[in-house]
Amino acid sequence: MYKYIIRRILVFIPMLFALTVIVFGLAQAAPGDALTGQQLADPRVDPEVYEKQREALGLNDPIPVQYAKWISNVAQGDFGKSLVFNGRSVADLIEARFANTLYLGIFSLFITIVVAIPIGIYSARKPYSLLDYAATGFGFLGLAIPNFFFGLIAIYVLSINLGWFPAQGTLSGPGMAGFEAFFSRLHHMVLPGITLGLAGTATYMRYMRSEVLDVLGSDYIRTAKAKGMSDSNVLYKHTLRNALIPIITLMGFEIGVLLSGAVITEQVFQYPGLGTLFISSVTNRDFPVVMAITLILGILILIGNLLADIFYSIVDPRIRYD
Amino acid sequence: MQPNPQETLSTQPELTPGDNQKNTSKSPFQLAFRRFLKNKMAVVSLIFLLLIVVICILAPVFTDQDPELTDLFKIEQGPTDEHILGTNGTGQDNFSRLLYGGRISLLVGFSAMFFTLTIGILLGSLAGYYGGKVDSIIMRAADIMLMLPFLVLTLTIIAILEKITIPIFVTIIAVTSWPNLTRIIRGTYLSLREQEFVLGARAIGASDFRIILKHFIPNAIGPIIVNATLMMATYIIIESALSFIGFGIPQPTPTWGNMLSEAMNVRILRDHPEAWIPPGIAIFVTVLAINFIGDGLRDAFDPKSKQR
Repeated sequence: MYKYIIRRILVFIPMLFALTVIVFGLAQAAPGDALTGQQLADPRVDPEVYEKQREALGLNDPIPVQYAKWISNVAQGDFGKSLVFNGRSVADLIEARFANTLYLGIFSLFITIVVAIPIGIYSARKPYSLLDYAATGFGFLGLAIPNFFFGLIAIYVLSINLGWFPAQGTLSGPGMAGFEAFFSRLHHMVLPGITLGLAGTATYMRYMRSEVLDVLGSDYIRTAKAKGMSDSNVLYKHTLRNALIPIITLMGFEIGVLLSGAVITEQVFQYPGLGTLFISSVTNRDFPVVMAITLILGILILIGNLLADIFYSIVDPRIRYD
Repeated sequence: MQPNPQETLSTQPELTPGDNQKNTSKSPFQLAFRRFLKNKMAVVSLIFLLLIVVICILAPVFTDQDPELTDLFKIEQGPTDEHILGTNGTGQDNFSRLLYGGRISLLVGFSAMFFTLTIGILLGSLAGYYGGKVDSIIMRAADIMLMLPFLVLTLTIIAILEKITIPIFVTIIAVTSWPNLTRIIRGTYLSLREQEFVLGARAIGASDFRIILKHFIPNAIGPIIVNATLMMATYIIIESALSFIGFGIPQPTPTWGNMLSEAMNVRILRDHPEAWIPPGIAIFVTVLAINFIGDGLRDAFDPKSKQR
C-alpha cells in the first residue's frame, strides 16, 4: 500500500509540471504584451525605452528561462501584478476572494451530503417506495436543470417575491462582527449554496442508492443478518462502511465540477469569490489573474484526485495498481 | 458491448421454435432498438425532442418577427399581440428568439457532440487498437486534459481568442472535452483486441483500418451512442452557461443561454419573468428529454445494467 501511495505521489509531480507548462503556454498565447498590457505600444513613448524595460524585466529572455523565473516566483506565492487593479498583486486579489469560495464550496458540499446520503440510503433500503420514486425524479430534474437557471428562479421566488434570502453579496452591512456577521454570511450563502450543490446532490444520491443496493445484495450482509444482527447494526457496521468508500472517492474527483460550478453560481449571485474574480478578469483580459486562478484550481483538482486515490487504497486493501 | 447469445435468447422466452429462429437472426442493433421501444419514458422523450427540433426548424412558420432586429423604441416590453413574450433589453422579440435560439443551441450541442465523437473515435481507436507508445501518449494527454478545470480552461481559451463564432465555439468545446469518450472507447477496444474474431480477421489479411471500421466500431457502438447522447445534453448546458455569463455565442445571434443572460439585469429578472423563464424551461426540458433517451439507450444496449 505504501508503495502505491509513494508511486501515486511521484506521478503527481509530472502532472503538476504539465499543468504549469500548459498555464504558462496559455499565458504566452494570450494577446497583448506583458509590459504594456496592449497589443500596440504607446506611440508617444520612445521605442528604445520599451526595449530597455523589456530587457530589464527579462521579457527578451528565451522562453524556458522565462518559464523558470515564473515558476520560481509562483512557488514563492508571487503571481505577479494585476493589469487592471492598479497593479495590485495577484496574490492579494486572490487571497481576498479565496476564502469566500472555500466557505461556499464547503457549505454546498455540506448540504449535498446531509441531503443526498440519507435519502440515498433510504431509497436503497426501500426501493420502489414513494420516496424512492420521488428521489429518482428529483435526481433526473437536478441533473437536467442548468444551475444558473435554478439560481435565477431561486432569486426570483425566494428573494424577490418572498424576501426570505438576500439575492447577492456576503454580508448585509459593513461593520458586522462576531455571531451577527457569521449568521449574515450563512444567510447569504443559503441560495448560492443550494444552487451550487444541486447537481452534486442528484449525483451523490444516485450513487449512494446504487452502492447501498449493491452492498445489501452481497453475501456478507446475508451472513450478518443470518447471525441475528439487528438491521441498524447491519446498516452502520457493514453496509455503510462499504458503500461510503466510492462516495468519498467521488468527492475527490468532483472537486473540479464543484469549482467549475462555483464560477457560474457566483456570477448569478454576484458572490465575491474566485469565480466572479475569474470572470471579471477574463472580461478585462487581466491575464496574470486568469493564469493564477487557472493554476490554483488545477492544483486543487490534482490534490483532490491524489487524495481520492490514496484514500481509496487505504480503505480498500484489495486495490493494487501494479 | 458484445451482446451475448444467451441474453438475446432470454429476451424472447415464449416463442415457438420457428419464431425463435426468425428472431435470433436479428442484428444486435435491431434487438437494442426493440428494447429501446419498450422503454416508455425514452420513447416519449424521443418524440418530445423531435417535436422541439421540428418547432425550432420551422421557426418562420410560427413567428414572423426577426430575432435579430433591434428596436430601441420598444425595449423591455411586456407581452403584446405582436411580441407574445415581450421584448428584451435591446428591443428584440423574445418569442422569435426562443424559436431561432433553439436552432442555435441544438445545433451547437449536436455539432459539438459530433466533433467530440470524431476526435474520441479517432484517438480512442488509435490508443485502443495499437496500444504501446501511441496508447500511452494519447492517454497521458487525456490525463492532463482531465486535470484542467474544464470551464476555466474553456473560458481562458475564449479570452485568448477574443472573437468567438459558432464553429470556433464548437471546436473549443470538442478540443477540451474529448478525453472522457476517448477513454471509454479505448477501454472497449482493449477487451475486443484479445478476441478470436479479430485474430481471424487479421489472419485472412484484413487491414488495420478495415478491422477497426468493420469489427471494433460496430462492437463498441453501444457505449459510443449512449455517451454521445448524454454528451449532447451536457453541451447544451455548457453552451447556455457560457452564453449566460457572456462568453458563448455572441449577440445578436439568439441562443437560449443568451436569452437567459438578460436576467442578469435585475429589472428584467423581477418584472419580466416571461422573458427569461421560457428559454430556461426550454433548456431544462430538452436536456431532460435527452437524458431520458440516453438512459433508455443504455438499457437497450446493455440489458445487464438495470440501475437507475
